[in-house]
Amino acid sequence: MSATPMTMPEREPTWELPSRGHVAMYALIVAEAAIFIIFVVAYLFYLGKSLTGPTPKDVLEVPIFYTICLLSSSITIHFAVGALRQGSVGSFKAWWFATVALGAAFLYGTGHEWHRLIYQDGLTISTNLFGTTYYSLIGLHGFHVVVGLICLSTVMAFALRGDLGQQHTYRIDVLSLYWHFVDAVWIVVFTVVYIIGR
Amino acid sequence: MSTDSIALPRPREASRPLVDQLHDWVTTVDHKRLGILYILFALFFLVVGGIEATIMRIQLIRPQNDFVSPEVFNRMFTMHGTTMIFFVAMPILFGFANYLVPLMIGARDMAFPRLNAFSFWLSAFGGILLYFSLVGANGLYGAGNAPDVGWFAYAPLTAQTFSRGHSTDFWTLAVLVSGFGSIGTAINILATILCLRCPGMKLGKMPLLAWLNLVMAGLVLLAIGPLTAAQMMLSLDRYLGAHFFDTQAGGSAVIWMHFFWIFGHPEVYVLVIPAFAFVSEIIPVFSRKAMFGYPIMVAATVAIGFLSMAVWAHHMFTVGLSSNANTFFVLSTMAIGVPTGIKIFNWLATMWGGKIHFQTPMLFCIAFLFQFLIAGLTGIMLSAAPFDWQLGNSYFVVAHFHYVIVGGILFALFGAFYYWFPKMSGKMYNETLGKVHFWLFVLGFHLTFDFMHVPGVLGMPRRIYTYEPGRGWDTWNLIVTIGVFFQALGILVFIGNLVWSRVKGNAAGSDPWDAWTLEWTTSSPPPAYNFAIIPTVKSRRPLWDLKHPEDPDWKYE
Amino acid sequence: MAMNNSFTRCALKVIVALSSPMTRSFAQATAPPLSPTNIFAPVSTPADTIFGLSLFVLAITAAIFVTVFALLAYAVVRFRKRSDDDGREPPQVYGSNQVELAWTVIPVLVVVALFMATARVIGSVQKAAQPSNAIEVIAIGHQFWWEYRYPGLHVVTANELHVPVSDPAHPTPTFIKLLSADTDHSYWVPRLAGKTDLIPNRTNHMWIAPRETGLYLGQCAQYCGTQHAKMLLRVYVQSRDDFDRWIQEQSQAPSLSGAASEGRHIFETTACINCHAVAGTVADGRFGPDLSHLMSRETIAAGAAPNTPENLRRWIQNPDSIKPGSRMPAMELSDRELDAVTTYLTTLR
Repeated sequence: MSATPMTMPEREPTWELPSRGHVAMYALIVAEAAIFIIFVVAYLFYLGKSLTGPTPKDVLEVPIFYTICLLSSSITIHFAVGALRQGSVGSFKAWWFATVALGAAFLYGTGHEWHRLIYQDGLTISTNLFGTTYYSLIGLHGFHVVVGLICLSTVMAFALRGDLGQQHTYRIDVLSLYWHFVDAVWIVVFTVVYIIGR
Repeated sequence: MSTDSIALPRPREASRPLVDQLHDWVTTVDHKRLGILYILFALFFLVVGGIEATIMRIQLIRPQNDFVSPEVFNRMFTMHGTTMIFFVAMPILFGFANYLVPLMIGARDMAFPRLNAFSFWLSAFGGILLYFSLVGANGLYGAGNAPDVGWFAYAPLTAQTFSRGHSTDFWTLAVLVSGFGSIGTAINILATILCLRCPGMKLGKMPLLAWLNLVMAGLVLLAIGPLTAAQMMLSLDRYLGAHFFDTQAGGSAVIWMHFFWIFGHPEVYVLVIPAFAFVSEIIPVFSRKAMFGYPIMVAATVAIGFLSMAVWAHHMFTVGLSSNANTFFVLSTMAIGVPTGIKIFNWLATMWGGKIHFQTPMLFCIAFLFQFLIAGLTGIMLSAAPFDWQLGNSYFVVAHFHYVIVGGILFALFGAFYYWFPKMSGKMYNETLGKVHFWLFVLGFHLTFDFMHVPGVLGMPRRIYTYEPGRGWDTWNLIVTIGVFFQALGILVFIGNLVWSRVKGNAAGSDPWDAWTLEWTTSSPPPAYNFAIIPTVKSRRPLWDLKHPEDPDWKYE
Repeated sequence: MAMNNSFTRCALKVIVALSSPMTRSFAQATAPPLSPTNIFAPVSTPADTIFGLSLFVLAITAAIFVTVFALLAYAVVRFRKRSDDDGREPPQVYGSNQVELAWTVIPVLVVVALFMATARVIGSVQKAAQPSNAIEVIAIGHQFWWEYRYPGLHVVTANELHVPVSDPAHPTPTFIKLLSADTDHSYWVPRLAGKTDLIPNRTNHMWIAPRETGLYLGQCAQYCGTQHAKMLLRVYVQSRDDFDRWIQEQSQAPSLSGAASEGRHIFETTACINCHAVAGTVADGRFGPDLSHLMSRETIAAGAAPNTPENLRRWIQNPDSIKPGSRMPAMELSDRELDAVTTYLTTLR
């Protein structure tokens, strides 16, 4: 089992390549963005085309408070990662907890809104085209928030057990990219549903 | 400092119990083994898909035939298309990418070995799920039988009203699940190529195979999302009463087409670009010349990648879009022919002035060039929308895309099989049998797919389980069916050759083709860790530099 | 509206002169021995216009094929490894900017020419104005039959379309609005026009101006379910007089003789009238073909079988025996009832 002997040219002084965690997360974000774009296109395409039932103007209230919660969680997670990078795990835990809480608050807000829409306004996914596109788009985003929160809570659990340290900064940073993506999607969804669509 | 690929002594395989060996394969995260698993999985489904095609061709051998019922025929073309695209073409190309990319860029494995395994098993599960439809959910009563809505599953035929039972859902879920596997593999390929190249291998020094798989991976990330979204929407329609494609509630059947083809067109480039990659590696080696115009080949491929996202509605020319929309898509589709043609010319120029060796890999690549040229030209015909108003949805289109997928992609794949089989197995295949396979397959392919254009031109639409006598289609259908048997024979010879050579073939050595890329520096097969010491490279053909120290590539690149 | 622009005429002349014998054998002016659905044997605009464009495209692609194939064949022969090869590697050529430029610019020019010709034809077909003397038809696709309505002329019929012949000097085209009652279908009669889809919740338009009388065949070209294959099209292009006569007959209620009263009674008291209509009677169902003038049609079941009393009887007894998977259920009638209903239907001229 011999192989061709290779003489090595001189090694270049530095050989730096991007980090695979970040590249992979950006790639995942591109793929997820492609899915979201289609749901957004469907939402925009069907605006005003419902044959019956409540329209966006009739029933939608702009969820300003819960949006602020979610968008602030991007800020808190940013500080959390910064704290971990410096090695202050205690500070990290505080900022991380704030992130989880703000995310959970956003989910509560979505649930509250859906409850009102279903039981008070009679809007479900099968009511009309608006219901179909609204619940699927907000729901897809909400699902991604849930997945994100599960990941964040897992990290929280590890941190509370004392298993998390500065050496994990890289992985936490990659995870925070996902969370930023979830927030960025919300900005788009919010604009399309509550501003353009109403 | 020299680097020998020093292989550690391998435990003798024969002494380990079969159960342990199988367990190794099932739990492997080694990119080489996963590559082979993908390839074997795809070959199995190639045979299944081929049987489905044979059933259809026997039914169509004469008018008003009753070999199978219309229901069975409609399931056959649905399963044939879905199987061939999602469970043959994509897995086999991912398999080759998995095997070759790390070796060619001087890495030890893919960036995420466990994700790699997970992606493979997701795809495998998807395939099994699709075929489970044959028995699953009311199978005996027919309502839960194999899906029969066509591989592109146009709405509203897929609504609960028109497709009762769960057969459509098996299609949706199987493809959805394997789509997640595809995204995983694409992420892996992207991260591997961007982050694990060996020192000195700047992006401009990568083998073309790596570049082309990079573009393919990017396309997968962009294209699978729309399909996933559309399938989620379809499932919501079918089970939660949503109205995405419900025309009774004001929904649009056309929007399904848009979403599907926004996936569907880049998908065919996902399939053909890796085929280009194989040809780009094989032609230079067997012409004994460097690839002509490497930077242009890269630029053309990237251009094709971008343009492929802008041509999708050429599958919808007959839908009644506005003349402006139709005109735009005519332009974008014709435009994509330019970089594609440039690639053909560059391959030709590589052969020009070389010394061409006609072993089996090269035979398949020369046939690829000839057939891909024709496929591209029938594509140009289809891109002229008014011409497509006649040719679209007819057997002319079926002939065109089979010309690309079989005459182009499958031929390139056969070339790749024969080229890299010695590396993967350590054994040389039988060259005579390889040539027998080639000529049998060329004959069968041309009998079937050349003559298939004619019924299309004479007015025969696709997806019909039978046809009227007196339309002038009879003889052509007969010839088309006869060709199938030559192709089947060729496949049998091919599989026989691989199996026999694996067991009884001569040892191949690490570099049987006197080639120039890094995978030929390892033993055949490579050790689990690929390279004992990660190599450093200075040009696109590191082995050429070694073999021709007086005239290395890096002086000219 | 017909080939009225000199560019197309001129190009067509040049290209027909240059085109290969094979294409010429495909292209026939009158009765085509090759196939009644040959796209290269148009008898109508817009099939004519498309044919002209197709010859242009074929000429260009043929030229490209011949050139590249010649180069490939030459390369394979000239640059093969000889048996007396010395084993040295040939000169390594890495690229050439001039060559790359040449084979980029030339294809771009070809694309521009093809695109301009194509865009022109798209415009001439899709943007054709509907003249005031056009016949208007609404075609509605069903699983697995065709419904035709002539709104201005008060005619409702099924499966066999009648249109007047159109003199190129004084055109009388037929403009067809395309709708669907269920899934996607596609209207393809190759010798008359390219295909256009019928899509639910969407109105599509097409037009034809056939210049020769005759019967032209086609079929549904978008997979629509089990019996997609037997959703056949028959278009009867008639002289103006014949067409007017046909309209006259179709727009009146059928004269119902007393002899078939038993069959008529069965027809009108069973589920038949839920789906079918007969003008002038209580039958006004719209899910199935209008049967008012059933016997004026040459075929039944959208062309799947000739319209004979035997086939009619077989169809009513069990539609699946002729077209398995069609939407009409077997009516479970006794032999006597079948005979009576068949007799009644054969009186509907």
